[in-house]
Amino acid sequence: MSIALSRRRLIGTLGAGLLVSGCDSWSRSGRVQALLGSAEDLTMGTQRLITGEATLGREFGPAEMSPVFRMNGNRTADTPEYRRMLANGFADFRLVVDGLVRRPLAIPLDRLRELPSRSQITRHDCVEGWSAIGQWRGTSLALLLDAAGVLDQARYIVFHCADSFGSTPYYESVDMVDARHPQTILAWEMNGRPLPEGHGAPLRARIERQLGYKHAKFVMRVEAVASLDRIYGGRGGYWEDVGVYAWYAGI
Amino acid sequence: MDDDPLITADGPITAPRAGDVVKRHRLSTRLWHWINVVAVVILLMSGLSIFNAHPRLYWGEYGANADAPWLQIGGEGDRGFLQIGDARIATTGALGRWTDENGRTSTRAFPSWATIPGYYSLALGRLWHFFFAWVLVIGGLAYWLTSFLNRHVQRDLAPSRAELAPRHLWHEIKQHARLRFPGGAAALRYNILQKLSYLLVLFVLLPLIVLTGLTMSPNMDAAWPWLLDMFGGRQSARSIHFIAAWLLVGFVIVHVVMVALAGPVNELRSMITGRFRLPGEREEAPAQ
Repeated sequence: MSIALSRRRLIGTLGAGLLVSGCDSWSRSGRVQALLGSAEDLTMGTQRLITGEATLGREFGPAEMSPVFRMNGNRTADTPEYRRMLANGFADFRLVVDGLVRRPLAIPLDRLRELPSRSQITRHDCVEGWSAIGQWRGTSLALLLDAAGVLDQARYIVFHCADSFGSTPYYESVDMVDARHPQTILAWEMNGRPLPEGHGAPLRARIERQLGYKHAKFVMRVEAVASLDRIYGGRGGYWEDVGVYAWYAGI
Repeated sequence: MDDDPLITADGPITAPRAGDVVKRHRLSTRLWHWINVVAVVILLMSGLSIFNAHPRLYWGEYGANADAPWLQIGGEGDRGFLQIGDARIATTGALGRWTDENGRTSTRAFPSWATIPGYYSLALGRLWHFFFAWVLVIGGLAYWLTSFLNRHVQRDLAPSRAELAPRHLWHEIKQHARLRFPGGAAALRYNILQKLSYLLVLFVLLPLIVLTGLTMSPNMDAAWPWLLDMFGGRQSARSIHFIAAWLLVGFVIVHVVMVALAGPVNELRSMITGRFRLPGEREEAPAQ
């Protein structure tokens, strides 16, 4: 019995050691990452199958809001251009809507605030595991896409942002299902006040059925594209390009 | 009927005796078992990787750094700690602050030997976790379906009224505590403690861990908002997911200890080749 037990322990130790070192070298292999990443398609396909296109994420009451809404990602966009816009209250900021559209737009922030808006108290889920509940008000992205006349061949909406990590600009993208979702807004108000710098002023995308890194901050430009291949690293977002984060962040 | 564990592959139906080699586990059972071994180990270790990204647990819908966690693993200076409620346990070297096999010291919750990958990468941890979550879920659903259809659940796992009688339960607990296991043909049937623990894992713990995992998905919360009501919010679900994972580890430890005590070679062989040698009746231990 003791021989069997010690043999078991030996096998167990060897097995665990092999597993760990195996998983590490496999983790670095592009082929293994692609294989493991194939589950993302299965996850997205399954989730889309059981979720109505317009099904809303849960909305909460004011009493359920987080006392402190944690800031994450870049707290500012550290460029002279952004500092100047911030200093004059984004008076000369123009949100650009272009790409595969009939009528490219350049909309001042004041004009955006005058358009019909939507307010929602939702839970923000970070990929790290924490959550915070806050209130957001902003302009429906679908409204802007319709105003610009998105062409049929457009399949994705890309958010170009003013912030960057080092010299790599932040960006994100969603497909048309999430772009046209009723809760997808470009928020200019948070918790009843103008969107603060740390949370992405002047505009932050709210993609309520996906994780926080999809909610691009400091949005300057919205571009309709047919493919993500030629946008920056080609994987559809900053974290998708530099890490191996999933483009579909519904889980 | 070659899948009936009580009947040998050939020959007339006679009650098997101690020493006989009989068919024990079907191929599908054996495959499922070993796939689960791989999946559960990878899910646990990649899960610890994901936990390391935010090593704090909360109850309710929200929870982030400004909110009070009920459990936290952290490092302060050169000390590591595990805090549960107000109780703080020093864990330097094991949790929160530890040195890896290359001599590098890190301030992270779970040490590199316990995580997949062994270096910090939330994105890769998630890749491993979600791939093997599908393996566990697809295998588990297939097992559920076939085990009801071939009546494995009803015949081998469902406890009888007599087995659930307090006297019988107490007797079995005493027999287990004395490490007296059934021999002969009785060793082919699950005893009541086995039945209850397998049922608990199959129909409580595994569904719980899958559903709490899904509750952490913002899209699933939109599709199935009852998940949030069932578990009391996303952060509660994350806490229950963590607890359920350790309960599963507890089951695996007891399971492996029981296999070791019941005769590891014979038990392992039965789960690899399907063949099991019936153990002899145990001699009564001398009275205490």
